[in-house]
Amino acid sequence: MKKIITLLAVVTLMAFNQTFAQSELMDLLSSTEEPDEGVVTATFKSTRLLNGHSIETRTNGTLEFVIGHRFGRINDGISQLYGLDQAFVRFALEYGVTDRLNVGLGRSSFGKVLDSFAKYKILKQSNSMPVTLTGLTTIAIDTREFPDGTPESDEFNFRIDYTYQMLLARKINSEVSVQLMPTLVHRNLAPGSEDNDVFLLGAGARFKASNRVAVDVEYYHQMRDLPENIENALAVGVEIETGGHVFQLIFSNAVQMIEKGFLTETSGNFFDGDIHFGFNISRVFNLKAGKE
Amino acid sequence: MNKYLLILVLLGLSFTATAQKYQSNNGYVKFFSEAKLEDITAENETARSIIDMETGELVYSVTITDFQFEKSLMQEHFNENYLESEKYPKSTLSAKIVDWNGEKGEQTVKVAGELTIHGVTKKVELEGNISYQDDLVKVSAKFPVALKDYKVKIPKIVFYNIAEVVDVTVAFEYKPL
Repeated sequence: MKKIITLLAVVTLMAFNQTFAQSELMDLLSSTEEPDEGVVTATFKSTRLLNGHSIETRTNGTLEFVIGHRFGRINDGISQLYGLDQAFVRFALEYGVTDRLNVGLGRSSFGKVLDSFAKYKILKQSNSMPVTLTGLTTIAIDTREFPDGTPESDEFNFRIDYTYQMLLARKINSEVSVQLMPTLVHRNLAPGSEDNDVFLLGAGARFKASNRVAVDVEYYHQMRDLPENIENALAVGVEIETGGHVFQLIFSNAVQMIEKGFLTETSGNFFDGDIHFGFNISRVFNLKAGKE
Repeated sequence: MNKYLLILVLLGLSFTATAQKYQSNNGYVKFFSEAKLEDITAENETARSIIDMETGELVYSVTITDFQFEKSLMQEHFNENYLESEKYPKSTLSAKIVDWNGEKGEQTVKVAGELTIHGVTKKVELEGNISYQDDLVKVSAKFPVALKDYKVKIPKIVFYNIAEVVDVTVAFEYKPL
């Protein structure tokens, strides 16, 4: 009897030893692993927060066709079908030259503005870096015809506006990302008696409602005494991801989709109901086959 | 009697301690999804594994974010939405070759163990090939993985059609540890 018990004990121990060895192997495997840098990806779903850019860049060889729409004001009432009778559009092609450098070219129907931008991801959030930092410069050219004798018809430079932004973002957890946007808009020709330069500070956030739906907010505060009928741009939106597309539904008091426009020329008061419904939709094409 | 017991246990322990372990740090894992709209392939060349040629035990660990897709956006969605790699950064296998005979050379073997994907652990039985030489061990296998077994949800409205069962290919080359 005693022998049997001993034998059983030994067999049990041996068996235990076996299973123990397997997890021991796993421990051994883990112990030889190099620590992960923990580079954060997908801070935002799209290269746009809502109206403005997010820190995200498209990767090397990715071409994105972006269509933005903004309708008229919701408080225009039923005679304008709550703004839907009016529509403004921006088409753009945006390209990832490298994983960090993106360039884009766009055309807006509002003001017949041609715009281009360059965007560079300077820092990436990781275990050793608390934030992602992306720099953005944009140029906007007013291509409308102006009557002879106006500054714009005499001097091409007066049609041009520049925007410079530093986008600073942190993915706090997989649900919440926040972004700060110190911004300078320089107009070669400022309206009325306004200064050519306008400094702004923007702030925005994304909250993931599910794996495919997120809610975004974005606000830009102008660091100046606001001229008459000029407001700060506020936008709230819902983002829906469907495979190769990201679809953003936007409610904003801004109607323009380029920086100098929504930053310094927004005239609607969000809380009076001067809200434009709109959307951004993009389709991504991969021009470079193969990985990396 | 207790003395014998102690000796036997110690023997058992020393058996494991002196086992012939081999390690691979750049193992290859591929998955392939065949669907009407488009075929999707992703490859990972940083899979890590240890095999014990004495006991036939093997473990592997694959970092999900190291799967490379042809389309970078697809890769992002794979990590963000399907495999949720922030929550479940690794897929692991902890297994044992069934009736391991310890013979050198090539043979087809059955492997039984636990496969963990997307935080879900399932018992699996796989068939693979093993080539055992003194300074080099090669293991390769191909097996299907049903996404729903591992609670990987595929949305109804997707532009990428993803197969419900994907084919996984693994190939490891081990050096003595």
